[in-house]
Parts: sequence; C-alpha cells; structure tokens
Amino acid sequence: MAEVARGELSAQELRSHEMGMHTEQLGGRSKLAFFDIDLNEPHHGYSLPNAFDVDFNKRAEIDAAELPANAVNLRIRQLMRDGYGTIVIKNPGAKHSMAVGILNRLNLIIEGSLGYFGLGLIDGPNVRISGRVGWSCAENMMSGTILIEKNAGSQFGAAIRGGDLVCKGDVGSRTGIDMKGGTIIVGGNTGAFTGFMMQRGRMVICGNAGKNLGDSMYDGTIYIGGQPASLGVDAVWAEMTELDRQWLERKLRMYDLKPKGGIEIFRKIVAGKQLWNYDNLEPTEKKLVL
Amino acid sequence: MCGIAGVIHRDGATSVGKEMTAMLRSLKHRGPDSTGFAVYGVSTPDEYVMRLKLAEREDLDKDHHIRKKIRDRQLQVDELLAELGAETLEVTEPTPYARRYRLRYPGDTRRLATDIEQIEGAEVLSFGSALELIKDLGDATDVSAQYGLGTFRGTHAIGHTRMATESDVDIRSAHPYWAYPYNDISVVHNGQITNYWIMRREMERLGHRFMSNCDSELLAVYTANNLEQGATLEDSLKASIKDIDGVFTYVVATEDELGMAKDTMAAKPMVLYESDNLVALASEEVAIRTLLPHEIDTSDPYDEEVRVWQR
Repeated sequence: MAEVARGELSAQELRSHEMGMHTEQLGGRSKLAFFDIDLNEPHHGYSLPNAFDVDFNKRAEIDAAELPANAVNLRIRQLMRDGYGTIVIKNPGAKHSMAVGILNRLNLIIEGSLGYFGLGLIDGPNVRISGRVGWSCAENMMSGTILIEKNAGSQFGAAIRGGDLVCKGDVGSRTGIDMKGGTIIVGGNTGAFTGFMMQRGRMVICGNAGKNLGDSMYDGTIYIGGQPASLGVDAVWAEMTELDRQWLERKLRMYDLKPKGGIEIFRKIVAGKQLWNYDNLEPTEKKLVL
Repeated sequence: MCGIAGVIHRDGATSVGKEMTAMLRSLKHRGPDSTGFAVYGVSTPDEYVMRLKLAEREDLDKDHHIRKKIRDRQLQVDELLAELGAETLEVTEPTPYARRYRLRYPGDTRRLATDIEQIEGAEVLSFGSALELIKDLGDATDVSAQYGLGTFRGTHAIGHTRMATESDVDIRSAHPYWAYPYNDISVVHNGQITNYWIMRREMERLGHRFMSNCDSELLAVYTANNLEQGATLEDSLKASIKDIDGVFTYVVATEDELGMAKDTMAAKPMVLYESDNLVALASEEVAIRTLLPHEIDTSDPYDEEVRVWQR
C-alpha cells in the first residue's frame, strides 16, 4: 500500500475544521488500513473491488413472508450478481439480521419493518423503509443512505463510519454509540446516552433527547432542536456558525425534515475534550513512546 | 438474555393461552432453557385456582423413590386442604409433579399457601381467582402442549423464555414468579439485578419467603411487599427504578392490569404495540407479529419508563 501523503488542507477540510469536526488526525495502522485507496486500481471510491455492476432500471421483488433472513440476504446477493439495481422486499415481518452486508450500489426498498441488526455492515446502498427498525439498525454502516419512515430501536447507527442514516420517528437509547463518521438524523425524540463515546460525524436530533446526551464523546458534532434531559460527561454547548446553519438547512431539506421552528431552533454540542485527550497513537506505538 | 412478553385484551376473553404460546415460541432463541406462562382466565365468584409443584422434573431421573414421595405429598396436600376447610372442586395432573386445584376456600389464602409449603417438596406456583401460573423446562410448544394451554381462554397473559445465567435450570428458577402471597399477581423479568442479596435480606427481614436463588424472584417479592404497604402497581413499578440496581425490563400482571418498567440504563429491550382493544409487548417485535402479522406501528419504551394498562 502506498503511504498517504498529507499536504496543505483542502478547502473542504478547512470548512470542516471550522465547523468543529475532524480536529484529530488518524495515524498508524488505522490510516493505512482504512484510508489508503489506490486510484490506479480499476475500482475505487464508492465502487468496491468486488462490487457487482448493477442497473438501477432493473427491478426485482422478494417476498420475505415465508423466507428466513439469511435466505433473503442470499437472494439479494444473487439479484445484484444478476445486475438488478432496484430490489423491493415485501413482508419483511420484523425479522432480524435482514439486508446485512450489502457492499454495493443498490436501490433497496423495504415495504414493512425490520427486526434487530437490520442493514448492518452495509457499504453503498440507498435504502428506504416504510415501517420501523429494531435494535442496532445499520451498525457499522460505511456509506449509502437509509431513510426510515417510522420509529427505530436502541443502538441506532452504532459505530457507523459514513453515509446518512435517517429516522423520521422516535429512536431508542444509545443512538450513534461509538459513531465514527457519517450523519445520523432523528426526526423525533431520542433516548438516553445518545452519542455515547461518539468519535466523529454529525448527529441531528429534531426533538428531545434523554439523559446524558453526548456522554464521553471524543469528537464530532450533535445538533439538537429540542431539549436534552441532561448533557453527558464532557459534552459542552458550542456556538452555531453560519456554516452549521447552511449544512443543517441543506441536510434536513433533503429528507423533508425541516422542523416548524426552522433551523434557528437548533443548538450545537461538541466534546469539551477535558475528559480524554484523544491521541493518535496505536497501542504498540504508545509502548514505544513510553 | 431471556425473552419476555405480555398481552392484554380490553374487549373480553379470547385464546390468550394460544396467543402467548405463539409469542414465546418466536422468542425461543432468547431463552431455550425453560418456558413459563401466567395466564388470566375468567374468574368464578368464590372459587380459586391453585397451581402446585410437588417435585422438580429432574427429581424423576435422580430419585428412584420420587413417585412414591410425590404420591405422599399429594395425600398430605389433600388432607391439609380438608383440614383447613377448603372444598376441592377439581384436581388435574398435567405432569407427574404438577397439580391444578380448583377449590372454594373461605379462609385466609396466605395461611393456606404457607401451610402447604410446609410439606416437603411442595411449592405453590400461583393462587388466585384468575391467575394460573405454568412453568417447566423446554420450549413454548412443549410446555403449552403438556399443560393444555392451547384451549385456555382469558383476558391477559405474560410469559417468559429463560436463558439461565444467575441460577440453575429448574422449574424453581423459571419465570413467571407469583408475588406470594398476593392472589393473581405475577412477574416476568429480563436482566440482572445487582443488589439482589442486599434487597433479598431486606425482604426476608420483613418476613417474605424466597423459593429460589433466582434474582428475578426478588421483583415478585418486592412487588408483593409494596402492595402490602398500600402502593398501587404503578407506584411499585416507579419505586423499583430507584430501589433495584442492575439492568432490567420487567412485566407485572394483576387480575385486571398489565404493567412494565424499564431500568435507568434502558439496557434490556421492549417493543410495544397499543390499540384500543389490545396491548402487546415483547422483547422483540417478531413476538407481536405472531398476533398481528400485518404492518403495525410499534415503539420502544424509554429508560425509567413505567406503563400500566387496564383490561
């Protein structure tokens, strides 16, 4: 793998720094393992090396009523292999672990509700869900978009690294726990310990939040339109900038979630960085330093 | 892990035994060790139903003399009931070690239960005018078939599939627990109670009895104690959030109510469906879907949330 060279900050990076994001730099193995994309390879960026070449105009349906989740997942994979770029899942019946591990561009429409661990480990698809999702939806999501029309359970978007994860209804506790990137948007209220140990990314809560919002967050930004029951340890209020408002305006308009009070109701929460000095050394490197 | 479920109908009696069997069958993956039901039938004035266990199932394999011992215990129970003035209307034996009594008894039911439990190996699983508590090793299909729950009609029920973590795999440690000595009150729980021994000693000092070392039994005893002090079910559920340490979501049923409480960390799941005629709740939505297979609107109760529904 080629070493990633970091020169002057780009205009985009400067803007993100101005918004209070990405104030830390990754180093060591993490940088090499996750961010070294060889642009000379035939597949790069959003298209993974083993991704299937799908046509969004080719549409297929899966009736999940009598199928276990793993059979549905295998069927999705087979359809993508056959070039189908739009897949509709009917009668998902709140089954667990459905539509997981999709590493492909895909329009996925789920007509109904998912159980626990739905849409985990995905990288690339655009998903619409007409029902609700259970606990741990979109865990470790890498990229793509997920739009949920109803409610979601706890651990919503745990450890996501990228993409937009949107729930128009209410969400359970520990939303975005260990979040490492991307955007989580909650149209309604969210439960306790939302943003717990958040490391990067942005979270937008249009309604209220339970106790300990942003507890032990290392970095990242939380915007809230309502009231948190309390802020967590080391989460602090920050001043909204014009860039924050522009970003919120654009993002909420995309998902038709702009609250009645407008963007002006939102306030911003960031890490105070008094609790934990997030360094960029790997454990083995720390040993060398010490 | 454990799975818990509850259902209450507001428009009269229906096949709650069959419904709870289906709900618990779908939660088998959360707890394969034992399954329990607390079903609430239509009560008859002046009549009680008592569910009794006279041995553990494992005793049948371990003790060569157990069948004779069970017969002796049955005789002692029958003699005691007659001695105390109880009129036995019907007795059934769904298993070699379980008995169901339908009886009339004008006296103090607490004393009756206490005296029966003086008989070696006897445990009153439930006592009440509507409640029938059934629990045994195995999955919901087996336990339901064994105890004939497929035909049970009633207004509400709670149930439990157990993955044993803190105590043994036996009927004694299975849920639901009857809130002894209060007629018609039962509890199911998912979680771990970390101040169990402190709270248990406190309850024992107040004169309450424990039949197992399962931490979940504390919730039944704790509820019984609060009700004895005059608290409502809702008061008791709210107080438990402060008094009980650990991670828990639990469901309590009385003769005409269903209630739930979730701890301060909201670490144990619960999905809730409410309509004018029906409330159903379970650890996972798949259990509710066994009653309502079409698309429904459900929600997750939040941390420290307490809810109570009337039938």
